[in-house]
Amino acid sequence: MTEITSPQTKTSSMVWRVIALLVVVGLVIVLAFGLRARYAAQPRSGAAPDFTMPLYAGYDGGLGKQQVRLADLRGQVVFVNFWASWCVPCREEQPVLEKLWRQYRAKGVVFLGIDYVDTEPAALQYLKDFGVTYPNGPDLGTKISPKYHIQGVPESFLVDQQGNIVWFKIAPIAEAELTAQLNAALVR
Amino acid sequence: MQKASGKRQAAGRMGKWAMALVAGVLVGLLIVGAAAAQGGKVTDDQVNAVAKQLNCPVCENVPLDVCETQACAQWRDLIRQKLATGDKPEQIIAYFRATYGDRVLQSPPREGFTGLIWSLPFVGLIAGLAILVVVLRRMAAQPKAEAEVEVEAKTDAVADEYRKRLERELKELDK
Repeated sequence: MTEITSPQTKTSSMVWRVIALLVVVGLVIVLAFGLRARYAAQPRSGAAPDFTMPLYAGYDGGLGKQQVRLADLRGQVVFVNFWASWCVPCREEQPVLEKLWRQYRAKGVVFLGIDYVDTEPAALQYLKDFGVTYPNGPDLGTKISPKYHIQGVPESFLVDQQGNIVWFKIAPIAEAELTAQLNAALVR
Repeated sequence: MQKASGKRQAAGRMGKWAMALVAGVLVGLLIVGAAAAQGGKVTDDQVNAVAKQLNCPVCENVPLDVCETQACAQWRDLIRQKLATGDKPEQIIAYFRATYGDRVLQSPPREGFTGLIWSLPFVGLIAGLAILVVVLRRMAAQPKAEAEVEVEAKTDAVADEYRKRLERELKELDK
C-alpha cells in the first residue's frame, strides 16, 4: 500500500520541526547563559571590568567626588577590595590596607573599598572603628561584584596603570605580599 | 448624734468618689501606656513579616527571616530601624531592591530576562500541546486514508467484474 502525502502536509511538518528545533536551541542558549554567569571565575588578568561606585559621605579619600569611576583612574595603580562589616576575615586585613594606603597614596596608588551587601549604618561604624580614610562606597544594586564574579569577601584585585588586572587574592592580605605586589605594579 | 452620723455618711460618699476617680485615672494611664508601647516597639513578627519577602544576601535560597548569618542579622536590624521610624513594609522592600538589586527579592519581578525565564514553562507547555495536537490529527487521518484506498480498490474490483459479466451476456445475446 502506498502512503499518500500531499505537498501541503510536507510543508506543515517541516515548519513544526523548525519551530521545535528553535525552541530547543533557545532553551539551551538560556541555560548556557545562566550557567556561565553563575559559575564564571574571578578575572585574574586582562582589562578590569569598569564600574561606577557612589562614595560614602566623608569617605572620598581626597578624590573630591561623590562617586568614582574606575576608568577615570587610568594611569594610576588601583587596589580594589571587596569587604563587608559582617565579614570577620575583613577585620583581619583592614589595618594593613589602611596602613599601605597611607604609604602608597603619595606614589599615585588609589585604594577603593567596595562594600558588599552591607547595611550602611553598620558599614559606617566599621569604617569609623578602623579609622579608614581611603575611598569607600556601597556596591549599589549589587552591580559591581557580579562583574568581578566574587564568591565572598574579602576579595581583592590589583589593577595596573593600563587598566589591567595584575593580581587577585581571595583571602585576607598580609602586609608583605601586598607591598610586593604594589611595588611590582608601580614599575610595570 | 445625728449630725455626726450625717458627716460620716458624707465622708463615705466622698471617699467612694475619690476612689472611683483614682481607679479611672489608673485605667486611663494603663490604656495610654499600652498604646504607646505598641507604637514604639517593633515586634519580631513585624520584622519577620518583611524579612520573609527577602533573601539572605550570602546564602542560596534562604529567606531572610530564618537566616542565621551575621549579614542577615544586620539586615533584620535595618528592617526593625526602618519600621520604628514609620516606614511601610512596601517602602522597606523597595529600599532593599534599590540598594541590593532584584536578587534579594523572594519573588523576583517578572520582567526582562527574569520574565523570559518565567515564560519558558508556558511556552514549553503550549509547544507540547501543539505537537500533541499535530500527532493526534495525523494518527486520526492515517487510518481514514487507508480505508478510503481500500474502498476504492473494492469498488474498482466490483465494477470490473460487473463490466466483464455485462460484456459476456451481450456477446451471448449477439449469438
